[in-house]
Amino acid sequence: MAYDYEKSIRPGKLPHIWCPGCGHGIVMKGLIRAMDTCGLDKNNTAIVSGIGCASRLPGYMDCCTLHTAHGRAAAFAAGVKMAKPEMNVLIVGGDGDGVAIGGNHFIHACRRNMDMTYVVLNNNIYGMTGGQFSPTTPTGANASTTPYGNPDPTFDISKLAIGAGATFVARTTAFHATQIDKLIAEGIKHKGMSVIEVLDDCPTCFGRRNKFRSVVDMMKRLKEVAVPVQAAAKMPAEKLEGKILTGVLFKEERPEYCAEYAKIIEKAKGANA
Amino acid sequence: MAKKTALVQGNEACAHGAVYAGCKFFAGYPITPSTEVAEVLAAELPKVGGSFIQMEDEIGAMAAILGGSLTGAKALTATSGPGVSLKQELIGYACIAEIPCVIVNVMRGGPSTGMPTGPGQSDVMQARWGTHGDHAAIAVAPESIQEIFTETVRAFNLAEKYRMPVQILFDEIVGHMRERIEYPEPGELEVIDRAKPDVSPEDYKPYDSSKGDIPPLASFGSEYRFHVTGLNKAADGFPTTKPDLVDAEERRQIRKVEANRKDIEKNEEYMTEDAEVLIFAFGSTSRSARYAVNELRKEGIKAGLFRPITLWPFPEERIAALGKQVKGMVVAEMNLGQMIYEVERVTKGSCKLEGAFRVDGEPITPAQIMEKVKEVN
Amino acid sequence: MAERFEIRFSGAGGQGLITAGIILAEAASIVEGKNAVQSQSYGPEARGGASKSEVIISDGPIDYPKATIVDACLAMTQEAADKYASGIKDTGVLLLDSEFVKREPQGNYKIYKFPIMRTAKEEVGREIVANVVALGAMVALTDAVSREAGEKAVLSRVPPAFIELNKKAYNLGFEKVKALMD
Repeated sequence: MAYDYEKSIRPGKLPHIWCPGCGHGIVMKGLIRAMDTCGLDKNNTAIVSGIGCASRLPGYMDCCTLHTAHGRAAAFAAGVKMAKPEMNVLIVGGDGDGVAIGGNHFIHACRRNMDMTYVVLNNNIYGMTGGQFSPTTPTGANASTTPYGNPDPTFDISKLAIGAGATFVARTTAFHATQIDKLIAEGIKHKGMSVIEVLDDCPTCFGRRNKFRSVVDMMKRLKEVAVPVQAAAKMPAEKLEGKILTGVLFKEERPEYCAEYAKIIEKAKGANA
Repeated sequence: MAKKTALVQGNEACAHGAVYAGCKFFAGYPITPSTEVAEVLAAELPKVGGSFIQMEDEIGAMAAILGGSLTGAKALTATSGPGVSLKQELIGYACIAEIPCVIVNVMRGGPSTGMPTGPGQSDVMQARWGTHGDHAAIAVAPESIQEIFTETVRAFNLAEKYRMPVQILFDEIVGHMRERIEYPEPGELEVIDRAKPDVSPEDYKPYDSSKGDIPPLASFGSEYRFHVTGLNKAADGFPTTKPDLVDAEERRQIRKVEANRKDIEKNEEYMTEDAEVLIFAFGSTSRSARYAVNELRKEGIKAGLFRPITLWPFPEERIAALGKQVKGMVVAEMNLGQMIYEVERVTKGSCKLEGAFRVDGEPITPAQIMEKVKEVN
Repeated sequence: MAERFEIRFSGAGGQGLITAGIILAEAASIVEGKNAVQSQSYGPEARGGASKSEVIISDGPIDYPKATIVDACLAMTQEAADKYASGIKDTGVLLLDSEFVKREPQGNYKIYKFPIMRTAKEEVGREIVANVVALGAMVALTDAVSREAGEKAVLSRVPPAFIELNKKAYNLGFEKVKALMD
């Protein structure tokens, strides 16, 4: 029997706004399966986003959903989690939203290690505004604001998350659909800040400017560049040139922020008594 | 039993007022001259089971209190002019998404870094029009340590009742100076909580105005699941671009303040009954103005003071009436003329109008005000 | 008590003069039930250099919250004396630490002086209570609050282990000035 996605989607809210060929829908389905796997209670789950194509995702989900301002998702989410630590808090958003305008909130969310899960849909471009380069647009690539090729170096979002202190960091691609829900589920179960970067495609704004003749070409590229981190460990460096590692890239146990704050509450109440 | 009294700073009184009002969440970022509000709440909130977080920046602090408020917690942030500038976009978010929250602005000189340890009153128009787009605004401006406490409680009440951001504006002088406070007993001051939905979760619409201009707000984490967005939205909370719906929602959000001016406005009048010349002053400047009124009366000049405690919405009706009563008005403010434009707009030339302004980091003195009063008398 | 009595404490940042101002304001407003407003200098100057704390005491409401022309001023250092020992009433008083202020400010007010820091260090035993010595002296000099109210306010702020030390400091300051006034 086919998997029932409808039970997790708000009645009447589809069709979504995403272009044909966009991978965001694949990620949303992965998120739904992951939430299901983890048995998340819809009433007790908040999905928070910023601005951009990916940030429209929460609107379709039958949970407590918060579509905030550009870049601010992680900071709104921190407020939800601090004020109600028993809630499951998920964040979704794109590359520009998360690590350009929202970069400061992103790294500090990683540092604090609140028990939240951030799914970054990285399609290397600002899609909603029509294809301007983002911090993950490859150097030399074409975007509407790089008429002579992109001069900017890029961010590696997963490395950024690890460096900033996230305690679970994983990466996959929209091509690897069945890995998406597994990694998100693992992230949700992890007690602490988890970041799951999903390399995604934007045929409309990135593909057509960068010599991808079809969505299939973009998906093929995602398939080809991905190398599972375990396999990579056995490969020579020259074979890893231009490849992107996937799977669980980093995991460690570190005190979770709200659990630590609960101790502060106990301490303060004790001092007050 | 005698009430508990203490000698405290305005910023401390604000923090204690917040706890009295039932504040359970504070997010902030250090900035002079407001930091003591955060310092006191970092100690006090966990004692009452609330939480405090110091965020990575001013914008993050504003975002966090909105997230916190959506879970049902009364939420506060405190900052100064530069911080409010950074928070403006999300103050607009609070307006359109109708999320109750309180923002304290301990005003200093500006623009930009300006004079961090000097007082100013130049953020009053920022409080009214700082965020982009059309929106209503509520701001209160206490003048003493005791009033900072009571107005903080009232600011929470207004935020919760009208489901919107409310700003508390005071300046460095009252923020940092110490006076005696008598702490009100629990129950002595009214504390208002936001209205909760009285319909089933299936029927709940977060912006359903069929029963009034202020729809009840459910909490995240309850059985009510709903969507919140900064886009123009319909009653169900989902984005819309339908002109009639967008127009109706925008107008309702302004109407909820305009139609309730009587409940929101609060003023103090001192010797205005027979006044022939009026001083309009707010916050710490009104203390100089009251001193000036007393001195002027000794000289035989019939001066009076009008002090808006609610700064926004502007007390249009009363100022228009006073404009017809007096020969002249002096607007005293620690800026180079902001509220005077509101007074001018409302009095429509019915009396002489002068400003007593100052922006050098020093308070406006009674003498400065008295000199201007004599010009319009 | 005059309708409005203003006192300024000044010295080097870290000498505890802001605390001295707060204690005086507490003595007036909490212990004696008068009205009092205390304010102070902020920012880099509070971390060294000259700093000041001002207290206004009145039986009636205090409208204008800043000092206008002070009735009494304390200067613990030369820099503080140069910077803040001005705007003193002709009928007012200025108290100086005689070892640190060598160039006395000129004015029609009356000047009193004694080695405040040395008194704290040698006679009380701890330099850190120089501000309490100064407070006792200012109370004696001005009668802004009663001797008892000042002492009560001092002691309500210190931990039990330091009560005797502070009591000694306060009363020594009080007595030293009383002797100068006779």
